[in-house]
Amino acid sequence: MTAWISEFVPALFRQWAFVLAVSPILPGVVAKTKAWVAGRQGPPVIQPYRDIVKLFQKGAAYSRTTTWIFRAGPVISFSAAMAAVLMIPIGGMEAPLTFQGDLILFAYVWGTSRFFTMTAALDTGSAFEGMGASREAVFSCLAEPALFLGLLTLAREAGSLSMSDLLSVGLIRIWSIHAPALCLVTTAFIVVFLTENSRIPIDDPNTHLELTMIHEVMVLDHSGPDLALIEYASAVKFFALGALLVRIVYPIRSGGFWAGGAVLGIGLLGLSILVGVIESTMARLRLARIPQFLAFAFVLAGFGVILTLAAA
Amino acid sequence: MTPFLICLGLWTLGGVVGLCGGKRILPVSASAAVAGSVLGLLTAAKVLATGDGVAFHAGWQMPYGEFHLALDPLSAVFLVPILVLCALAAVYGVGYLKDRDSRQIGGAVFFFHLLVVSMCVVVTAKNAILFLLVWEIMALVSFFLVMLDSRRVEVRRAGWIYLASAHIGTAFLLVLFAWMGYTAGNFDFDAWQNLSQIGTRTASVWFILALIGFGTKAGFWPFHVWLPEAHPAVPSHVSAVMSGVMIKTGIYGLIRVVALLGPPPAWWGMTLLCIGLISGILGVLFALAQHDIKRLLAYHSVENIGIIALGMGGGLLGMSYGMEEAALFGWAGALLHVINHALFKGLLFMGAGSVQHATGSRDIEKLGGLLKKMPVTGSTFLIGSAAISGLPPLNGFVSEFLIYVCYFKLALGGPLFTGAAAAFAIAGLALIGGLAAACFTKVFGVVFLGEPRTDVSSHASPFSLTTPMALLAASCILIGVFPSAAVRGLTVEALKAIGLGLSPADVGLLSLTSILTRLNLCIGILIALLIFITLIRAWIISRRRISQTVTWDCGYSAPTSRMQYTAGSFVQHFIDLFHLFLQPRERRQNPIGYFPKKASYESHSADLATRRIFEPLFEWIQDLAEKIQWIQQGRVQTYLLYIFVTLAAVLSFQAFR
Repeated sequence: MTAWISEFVPALFRQWAFVLAVSPILPGVVAKTKAWVAGRQGPPVIQPYRDIVKLFQKGAAYSRTTTWIFRAGPVISFSAAMAAVLMIPIGGMEAPLTFQGDLILFAYVWGTSRFFTMTAALDTGSAFEGMGASREAVFSCLAEPALFLGLLTLAREAGSLSMSDLLSVGLIRIWSIHAPALCLVTTAFIVVFLTENSRIPIDDPNTHLELTMIHEVMVLDHSGPDLALIEYASAVKFFALGALLVRIVYPIRSGGFWAGGAVLGIGLLGLSILVGVIESTMARLRLARIPQFLAFAFVLAGFGVILTLAAA
Repeated sequence: MTPFLICLGLWTLGGVVGLCGGKRILPVSASAAVAGSVLGLLTAAKVLATGDGVAFHAGWQMPYGEFHLALDPLSAVFLVPILVLCALAAVYGVGYLKDRDSRQIGGAVFFFHLLVVSMCVVVTAKNAILFLLVWEIMALVSFFLVMLDSRRVEVRRAGWIYLASAHIGTAFLLVLFAWMGYTAGNFDFDAWQNLSQIGTRTASVWFILALIGFGTKAGFWPFHVWLPEAHPAVPSHVSAVMSGVMIKTGIYGLIRVVALLGPPPAWWGMTLLCIGLISGILGVLFALAQHDIKRLLAYHSVENIGIIALGMGGGLLGMSYGMEEAALFGWAGALLHVINHALFKGLLFMGAGSVQHATGSRDIEKLGGLLKKMPVTGSTFLIGSAAISGLPPLNGFVSEFLIYVCYFKLALGGPLFTGAAAAFAIAGLALIGGLAAACFTKVFGVVFLGEPRTDVSSHASPFSLTTPMALLAASCILIGVFPSAAVRGLTVEALKAIGLGLSPADVGLLSLTSILTRLNLCIGILIALLIFITLIRAWIISRRRISQTVTWDCGYSAPTSRMQYTAGSFVQHFIDLFHLFLQPRERRQNPIGYFPKKASYESHSADLATRRIFEPLFEWIQDLAEKIQWIQQGRVQTYLLYIFVTLAAVLSFQAFR
């Protein structure tokens, strides 16, 4: 028991330290890529770190309409994100928390975070934030089945229900046999990734109109340390779902925590650049078209499941 | 067994006392109920811990019938939520019924107590005749409860629909039990054990009969039509009991019969899977479209019964393919969801009742900002909302997790067709979870958050209303935080009774235990994180300058509370997306001109099954009945002739046999 604890606790804190250190750079890279494509200088890539530190130092303003729900929202989304990253294998070894079925918990923890972000938005009584919450509810509940079917495809290939096995070195062999199914799943996961992280073409974090945003409008009233927690949580979410995607496309062969972590970090930087390019070259979809886009991801993931089922 | 009989006696006594006395006697009835429930729970806990059942026989002057009660682990799993929720509902009733007309109070207490007694006997009866008798008593007393407010026309309509559907269900059960008893030569459930030797064909017909008969009570789609009518009509603590535990007696009956029928063919599991998916998805979709909070919760019962059916379907599929591990997870999920749903649905109905008690309104579009005035009701309602949406770290997640694992295992190891079905189930569960979360953010956000939309008066709920809600919320959290202990304590013995033939060293059981232990660790870490980050945030905030202001209004200078986002607009996207099923009927008056005077918008989604299945069906039956009305001529001579002809036919049939 004590041997297990002495192994488990350092692994836990190492994982958190790595994620907390690396994740804020990713939105910075996205912004830099967008600026670069547009021919601008852009903020430095470490700007998100500065923003988070500065927000933690600021005071906060609360609306008189709000209750404790509004204050609990950021805490819960940050805690949920920190719990979810514990199920992501960073290096070539297992994640700190791993068991048969952890992929279900991984998917549902984001649900808890979303639920409380939406209630916190409704707590302000603002029509704009209600609108954002309503859109978030629709699009996330359409993205969820695609995520689960994609995970099912991977689980069937790996013969396991644990994220660490799904994203293990075995993927290299699976790519050589079942490349079509994995391609379908990867495409579906890109759509899910963009939706869950509120990126173009689903959501535009940079518009100047509250009316057109989804995630950003939900957190419109948060300020100070609460906003810092929200920003940090969304960077961690970017990291966690991005790591899922990167590890499928580029299975990490071996190596310890730090070597594997470095490879994963490079992959995530690549993903951030890709997101930046997508944001620079595409417009946001009309709201009525987004469900079709998500249905497309669902169908792709569904075909992935059929391919793996038929292969057996 | 004696404590359980005393428990039944105390409940009955409480009911009779309540009938005689007025509102002052309410606490007496409630204390009798609580005392009885504690005794009953002790017995049930002992059965669940040891796995040894207890039985009670009594002589009875009923042909083929015997007063045979037995408390085995399967009965105990259902008895626990019944007794817990009903005792709390009785306490809630003390505060809730106080303001009612004293003529109604007596009836409400008496019938409520009889309902509880009949439910307890239903899940323990071991004789088919006794079972059908108490099943009928349960249907009738709940019908009287629905009709308490019978001066209102919609209540009479609800009562009529309930009475009709309850008896259609009972008709199927009558045929089923008569047939099974005839085949076995005895009406005692214990004597039915060897019915599992019967051929698959007969067993399948029995399965269908049980599915319809019990499914009507449980609320499987399309037999759910009575739920959204009957649940809003009764007092809220009775809705909590009807929705939380009464409909589960249907699930109990189905499990009891299926356990008797021997090895299930694969299509039984597939049927339950399809029923589960349809009930789950359509239930939550129609819930989204409702504005009456109790009607909305009633549709969520359909959804949750769908989730339970999914678990049972997965369990049956696992049994028929010899995948014992998957079967174990499916059944464990289904049984635990029975308990979980009783806890959070009871809590939510009581919350809705407190809101109605305080504001006099059930229309969520008229409410708003109640969390400040009703902190306990609001906070417990939030816990119930998160639990019913299946979110960790609450109890709804645990049972849904088990059902997910069951289907993942089926998809990983089963044949192609089962794998595809399991994939559908997984995608369906994910969709149901997302839709339920959307629906409860709507309800909670619109009713409890923001500013009041109309000036309805409201006040904090009395102690007798908030205590049961707080206890239910605490149990939701407890099961969610200690899933391992909950599953082992509540379901393992009953799983053995279902016929999985588990021994303590069973591989499936070991895997269930180890997975739940790890899940428990993860949930523990999530909780620790929540506490730690809350403290850190509080520490930081305490050192910063905090100011109070108004909600950011985007530069608009005179916002009013009527301009908040409404429940209707919150779900508009969903209604557009799923209009194929919801078929909303809209009435709108668009604003015209530069200075529009009046504008209005109304949308209403009537039940799909009522409109497309039952209304046409009953119209057809009525047409048919009108066509043969010529038999009824109103002349005594003709009727005498009919009697004579019938008698002659029966006698000649006997003579020629």
